[in-house]
Amino acid sequence: MRFDIDRFAAAGGFGGHGGRLGMRYHAHGPDWAELALPYDPALVGDPESGVIASGPIITIMDMATSLAVWLKRGRFVAHATLDLRVDYLRPATPGATVIGRGECYRVTHSIAFVRGQAHDGNPDDPVAHVTGTFMTTGLRDTRQP
Amino acid sequence: MNPPQTLPPYAHLLGCTIERTPDGVPELILPFADDVIGRPGFLHGGAIAGLLEVAAIAMLAHGLEEEGGGRIKPVTVTVDFMRGGRDHTTRAAARIVRLGRRIANVEAIAWQDDRDRPIAAARMTYRISRPEPVLSE
Repeated sequence: MRFDIDRFAAAGGFGGHGGRLGMRYHAHGPDWAELALPYDPALVGDPESGVIASGPIITIMDMATSLAVWLKRGRFVAHATLDLRVDYLRPATPGATVIGRGECYRVTHSIAFVRGQAHDGNPDDPVAHVTGTFMTTGLRDTRQP
Repeated sequence: MNPPQTLPPYAHLLGCTIERTPDGVPELILPFADDVIGRPGFLHGGAIAGLLEVAAIAMLAHGLEEEGGGRIKPVTVTVDFMRGGRDHTTRAAARIVRLGRRIANVEAIAWQDDRDRPIAAARMTYRISRPEPVLSE
């Protein structure tokens, strides 16, 4: 199935968990995609400082890197995240929209290697850095309990 | 952050609740719901990762409480996704591998029907800031 990022972008938002977080399409290229996560008090992990939890950062980076894989492959292929490592470089600024940029730098028959960064306004001062891998699952998810 | 004894707003967004063993060890429960779905019929990997982090923070709060408290900051998190999260309740628990003065190493797992068949596991490193010792007169 061809992956139609424009249709995806036109739809704007997401359903499910991404939608609940308020995640939006932001930009894309041949092997990368950017998503935006506007600040929302419901995302806060530390009520004292108002800093959002790290879970929403993982979610946006998982989705941005996932889109990057489909862009790099040029088609939609069902896949599952094998692993994802996140380095938290600094807390995201309360009130600021987080931009997550995912890049797919290598694909094999079944594995895709990704990396990405999240920032809250200045790409040169990122809040998080991620690396991860995805594996194609075929039409059925074969990695079930 | 001071690891909260009550769950933060993000945990409420996920819809998870906390249960404690008689000695206070926390376990997180996440019901399956629209707000945590990724592809149809499956949990979003980000929601699973978020649940693992909430479990780790709750466990750290418990561990630090016994040592006079402290503030924590995540440094790195590595999540392995092992099975798709189906439309069942998910549980998560964490184990403190090492609680040092400045760094804590924590592991967390999430499972559905069988704790010995986790759907995901995470390894986290947290920076710890402990309160300055009060000098006695």
